[in-house]
Amino acid sequence: MLDLGYNATLVMIGAGLLGIAAGVTGTFLFLRKRSLVSDAISHSTLPGVGLAFIVMVAFGGEGRNLFGLMAGSALSAGIGLLCVTWLTTRTRLAEDTAIGAVLSVFFGAGIVLLTVIQNMSAGRQAGLESFLLGSTAGMLRIDALTIAGGGALVLALVVLLRRPMTLSAFDAEYAASLGLDNRRIDLAMMGLVLGITVVGLKIVGLIMIVALLILPPVTARFWTERSDRVVLIAGLVGGVAGAGGAVISASAPALPTGPIIVLSGFALFALSFLFAPNRGVLAALADHLSFRRRVHLRQGLLALAQGQPVYEALTLRLLRRAGLIRRDGVATDAGRAAAAKALLDERRWQLLRADLASETAAARYDGLTPIESVLTPDQVATLDRALRPTVAS
Amino acid sequence: MALPELAAENGARLDDPARETSPFAIRGLTVSYGGAPAVFSVDMTVVPGSMTAIIGPNGAGKSTLLKAALGVIPRLSGRVSVLGQPLESQRRRIAYVPQRASVDWDFPTLVLDVVLMGLYRELGLLRRVRRAHLDKARDCLARVGMQDFADRQIGQLSGGQQQRVFLARALAQEAELYLLDEPFAGVDAATEKAIIDVLKSLKAEQRTVVCVHHDLSTVTDYFDRVFLLNKSRIAEGPVAQAFTAETLQSAYGGRLATAQIDQLSLG
Amino acid sequence: MSGAEFVPLSLPPILIASFAAVACALPGNFLVLRKQAMIGDAISHVALPGIVVAFLLTGAVSTWPMMLGAAGAAVVAVLLIQFVHRVGRIDPGASMGVVFTAMFAGGVLLLEQSDTSSVHLDVQHALYGNLESLIWLDAFGWESLLDPVALAGLPPELLRMAVVLVLVTGFIRLFWRPLKLSTFDEGFARTLGMRTDLLGLALVVTAAVAAVAAFDAVGSIIVIAMFICPPAAARLMTNALERQIAWSCLFAVLAAVLGYVLAGYGPLWLGAPDAVSAAGMIATVSGVILALAALFGPCRHRLGQPKGA
Repeated sequence: MLDLGYNATLVMIGAGLLGIAAGVTGTFLFLRKRSLVSDAISHSTLPGVGLAFIVMVAFGGEGRNLFGLMAGSALSAGIGLLCVTWLTTRTRLAEDTAIGAVLSVFFGAGIVLLTVIQNMSAGRQAGLESFLLGSTAGMLRIDALTIAGGGALVLALVVLLRRPMTLSAFDAEYAASLGLDNRRIDLAMMGLVLGITVVGLKIVGLIMIVALLILPPVTARFWTERSDRVVLIAGLVGGVAGAGGAVISASAPALPTGPIIVLSGFALFALSFLFAPNRGVLAALADHLSFRRRVHLRQGLLALAQGQPVYEALTLRLLRRAGLIRRDGVATDAGRAAAAKALLDERRWQLLRADLASETAAARYDGLTPIESVLTPDQVATLDRALRPTVAS
Repeated sequence: MALPELAAENGARLDDPARETSPFAIRGLTVSYGGAPAVFSVDMTVVPGSMTAIIGPNGAGKSTLLKAALGVIPRLSGRVSVLGQPLESQRRRIAYVPQRASVDWDFPTLVLDVVLMGLYRELGLLRRVRRAHLDKARDCLARVGMQDFADRQIGQLSGGQQQRVFLARALAQEAELYLLDEPFAGVDAATEKAIIDVLKSLKAEQRTVVCVHHDLSTVTDYFDRVFLLNKSRIAEGPVAQAFTAETLQSAYGGRLATAQIDQLSLG
Repeated sequence: MSGAEFVPLSLPPILIASFAAVACALPGNFLVLRKQAMIGDAISHVALPGIVVAFLLTGAVSTWPMMLGAAGAAVVAVLLIQFVHRVGRIDPGASMGVVFTAMFAGGVLLLEQSDTSSVHLDVQHALYGNLESLIWLDAFGWESLLDPVALAGLPPELLRMAVVLVLVTGFIRLFWRPLKLSTFDEGFARTLGMRTDLLGLALVVTAAVAAVAAFDAVGSIIVIAMFICPPAAARLMTNALERQIAWSCLFAVLAAVLGYVLAGYGPLWLGAPDAVSAAGMIATVSGVILALAALFGPCRHRLGQPKGA
């Protein structure tokens, strides 16, 4: 693995830097629920790639110059982005429709240009298809340098712009009150997405580059509720997926870089999705089941205490399993005690919530929280004194 | 201090006989969003032929209660019966008027089309829309004073007009029970008047009306029963008994100043 | 152009492209109105892994297993997207991005790993189809349309696409009322006892069937473009759903015919010797139609407040 070769090492460094930059930038897109805009941007690079090739050949140059192709792709992706914005603001079409329309149309136009290039004598060996799925095989040193340099550049820009982007993403009004221009920040953010797409084209390919912008923030979201940490974790996830994927891909034949990077990121996502504490699937499932159990038990006990029939089979089953009722539905001693306690708790709560002075405590009522966790024993005793006359009667 | 017994006095002991005849009875309904219950173990027994207001502070779970009872959103526990039968078999008896903001008013359809949606059970998948159906839909529009707007695109209506179209759709269902979610929220005075007139005429026809309602000052004028909710049931019963300074205090806590309660001139 | 040239070489591709375009545009109308336009994008991306898996399982390039594979992948993708969205509490757009890129990457990897290059199964075919090759060699002119022997030699894609178009149209017609009702007001539809979740899934499956059939014949670019562009353009022409559907079918056919003709003959008119990709050109034309509708469509502006506003 240390035996990567000079080009592959450059690609690994570039992919790693790009991954970090994409993870961080993607987080801002994700927090604004605009992740799929990146899909429109990446697909609309294709006509630019084709046109740049045609123009460079027409001027007698080398059509495969990566820098020229990147410039062309940036230009057409910018136009694609403008089209999305224009369709959403000037017509009744929703953003998802605008994104889908722009990506398919630009992609179609790009395919038309690719077939034009195939028909040109200079274009037979153009290999522009590698931009669709990404390919680092047979790459020139200058290309590898461009990618590593590009990765470093976008990352530097992300670091530079992180403060205003964070402010604007979390509280646009507050950002405006500080004199920040949200529209320009938005534009800068989209510019970064565009830059990442363009640098990543050659490695990951335009169809899968969106994964670099979407997978890291989604993965990071499972680990924390704090947005600043989402940014950090997303950067980490992106970097690991980018560099790791590039290394794995270089380690054996028939492991194309783009898919391997995406699948590395997806593996990190899948692990987080399943096993993360709190938000992970398993944790959420366990939470839900225990929560449902508490609700049903509590409701069952309250019904028992008030001598009402319990209708739901699940409630009955849970009560029985907890040893609170017998098979025939009659409460056991433990059940009667628990029911009386639940009813007392409910009455204390009712009293507390009617009391103007204890509004903050009262707002914590949700039917399940024991009152002792909100009030001190003294306060509970005060409540009980108020209760006594009616309980006795 | 007789508060803790209120729930019991105002309906909790209305046991099975009342449930059998109630056009809408909820037992032990709990709904949660994420971690904590938004509505906890609510029992509600709607009295036939009554006009009931569901009231409570913001975030008390009023709309949630209605939507979960009707199966629009999932519930954690609880059952709903209509005349003693499970709700599922009795849906034709029920008409629901959702909140205006719950749909996309830019949807490409006309006012009359929306009212015809109320005839879905009658029309099914393929039955043709006949003159009689159209006449019925127009009649329903006329009852809410919207007959001149039948061929308008729904997006061209004002908020109050949209609300009236929703009510017309519910009228077309010819249900026995009408459940309305904040029908008076953000509407103009004319619409409020039109809606309340229609609801009172429904009551006169022995139909049952339940509204999620937010304006305490109109409760005594519009409704004969109230259901006070704040996550769980606070009180339920005739306005005179259940809509009192004490119950309001209990439901709203400090969010309702004593002065406001005084203004409601409760008996 | 004579019938002797047009009927065998151009008529079948034009018909196939038109059928495919309409079959995708019909469910596309509802996807666009339900803010699920990108489902079309996801479906067409995951068709690739579906096809590759079907090929690896059966070991043969045959149409039906591959179509089943692609349709299966679409259903799996939609369920996964729902799962990530609901259980993981991730917004629908991002859930979609996670699922379809990963599945697509898996498909590309499988393709590279298996020796499929010898058989006619490659990414390019999946992306831009092979519309130009769907010719009718048994035809000699317009009269062949009445000749049973010649008709038997029609490209099988034509019949397949026609059947799928009938199925899709049938689905939309049969469930027209519930589709319209639940798309406009899902909550109300549920209070009527309608299973809106199943209906939504049925719509996506229908879209997937249309996509897969079209995918096989014309490639995935047309599929995404036709799911979205004709319905979007139609949305800007009228305020009645029935008329919107009609406009979208018209735009779909227009894009298919015009795109095919421009791709085949456009370069000749410009003096270039070779045709360009018909699939790409059809998508481009649909984009031009949408652009014109966005500039001049009589109903291009929003009327009501968007949901939740």
